[in-house]
Amino acid sequence: MLGSCLHQCVPIDGTVYGVALDADDPLVTHSEVFNKPPHNAAPTTAVLFIKPRNTFLAHNGLVQLPPSLQEVEAHAALAVIFARDTRAVGAAEALSYVEGYTLAIDLAEPGAGFFRPPIRETCRDGFLPVGPVIIPRESIVFDGTEIRLEMDGSKAASLSLDGGDERIAKLIEEVSAFMTFRSGDVLLAARTPLRPSARIGSRISAILEGVGRLDCCLVLEEEVAR
Amino acid sequence: MKHARIAYRGAIRTAVVEEDDQLLIMADGQRAGFNEVVWLTPFEPRTVFALGLNYADHASELSFNAPERPLIFLKGPNTFVGHNGYSPCPADVRQMHFECELGVVIGRTGRRIRDERAYDYVAGYTIANDYALREYLENYYRPNLRVKNRDFCTPLGPWMVDAVDLADPMALDLRSFVNGEIVQNGNTRDMIFGIPKLIEYLSDFMTLSPGDLILTGTPKGVRYVQPGDEVVTEIEGIGRLVNRIISEPNVQKHELARIAESPL
Repeated sequence: MLGSCLHQCVPIDGTVYGVALDADDPLVTHSEVFNKPPHNAAPTTAVLFIKPRNTFLAHNGLVQLPPSLQEVEAHAALAVIFARDTRAVGAAEALSYVEGYTLAIDLAEPGAGFFRPPIRETCRDGFLPVGPVIIPRESIVFDGTEIRLEMDGSKAASLSLDGGDERIAKLIEEVSAFMTFRSGDVLLAARTPLRPSARIGSRISAILEGVGRLDCCLVLEEEVAR
Repeated sequence: MKHARIAYRGAIRTAVVEEDDQLLIMADGQRAGFNEVVWLTPFEPRTVFALGLNYADHASELSFNAPERPLIFLKGPNTFVGHNGYSPCPADVRQMHFECELGVVIGRTGRRIRDERAYDYVAGYTIANDYALREYLENYYRPNLRVKNRDFCTPLGPWMVDAVDLADPMALDLRSFVNGEIVQNGNTRDMIFGIPKLIEYLSDFMTLSPGDLILTGTPKGVRYVQPGDEVVTEIEGIGRLVNRIISEPNVQKHELARIAESPL
């Protein structure tokens, strides 16, 4: 898959699923918002979303924003790539279904809520830079590492990946209990917390120490004739 | 013309449909009757958009006001199943209901498509039955994936009808039947956001591409189904899509089988 890619390209070709919230998220455990309408109760399962293909962008890509959109929110995310069809898999064997990992930058218009799927806010073209390459599962040790979001070279958010194997395995068990991840599908299994925002001209990076980095730049959209 | 994708004599084939004669004609001229093939989804959809609450009568049936902008959720490829297929109902589910929906298949790449040009981007139409399992509804990204993205719970087909063959896709009767009894009866003219507005709305912020599919929502008529039921969703000018509900296979048994057969 990677060998055919002379220029920077997107190293994935499956459906991308992600986790926006889970029961352990600090946003959930430290906020009263989710106990009020329209939510009425904190989430009890992983809150999942799909990031469609038009959002995929290669390493060092330009994210084009329309003039109406002055800033975007960003998460750095660890992307899990499935090696084969994965359904009803227990945590103990879940990682044997994983081909490897890559990085993603999950972008959104500010202000999206959690009640309805925020399609307009999260599914703009180029809103999921992903790559640069897939790192085989065996060559990553999560304990002691973190995934980091940088904006113009400064750390904006980070997430410790201590216990990452167990967390990822548990998540695969939970989701594969009701749906199949196909070979090549992707799960954004860990996202940096907070939703720091960046403006046009910013360079955004997702970094996994010792493993790699993924960059993108926010630019003003070229005027497109209607 | 109507276009199907089938499995026939061990191969995946595309075919055109002669509905009157109940015949499928493959590219090499081979012919097969409707009962001689396995019906696959008429194409493998790329990005799939589904509309919630896009008919006012259905929205009020579920105690929601009609939305101010389209309520859209996405579906993965795992959830589709072809005509005459089977959709599994988990053992703990009593509130699984069908939703007959007009599927709009995008045929051209487009961005910022104005509503008056929207039909230029449509390749054709098909039928979807967008099952929901209401027990699993959560107030997060509602309707959540556990409700709407289950394996094989979105029958699609039996075929795609070319856009040129449907004079007005915004005036088609939709009907659903459970075990032969009519349980849903609506018309696409009652959509809140019609096809041109949906294409305009989506393409305002994202590029639409060939193979993208928009499931345009369902009218009133929630009725719960159970294993053993035959569910038919029918749209005027397109056809009828047949599906059967089965009990979801027992996961523990399945796990044992998989460990035994695992290639690794």
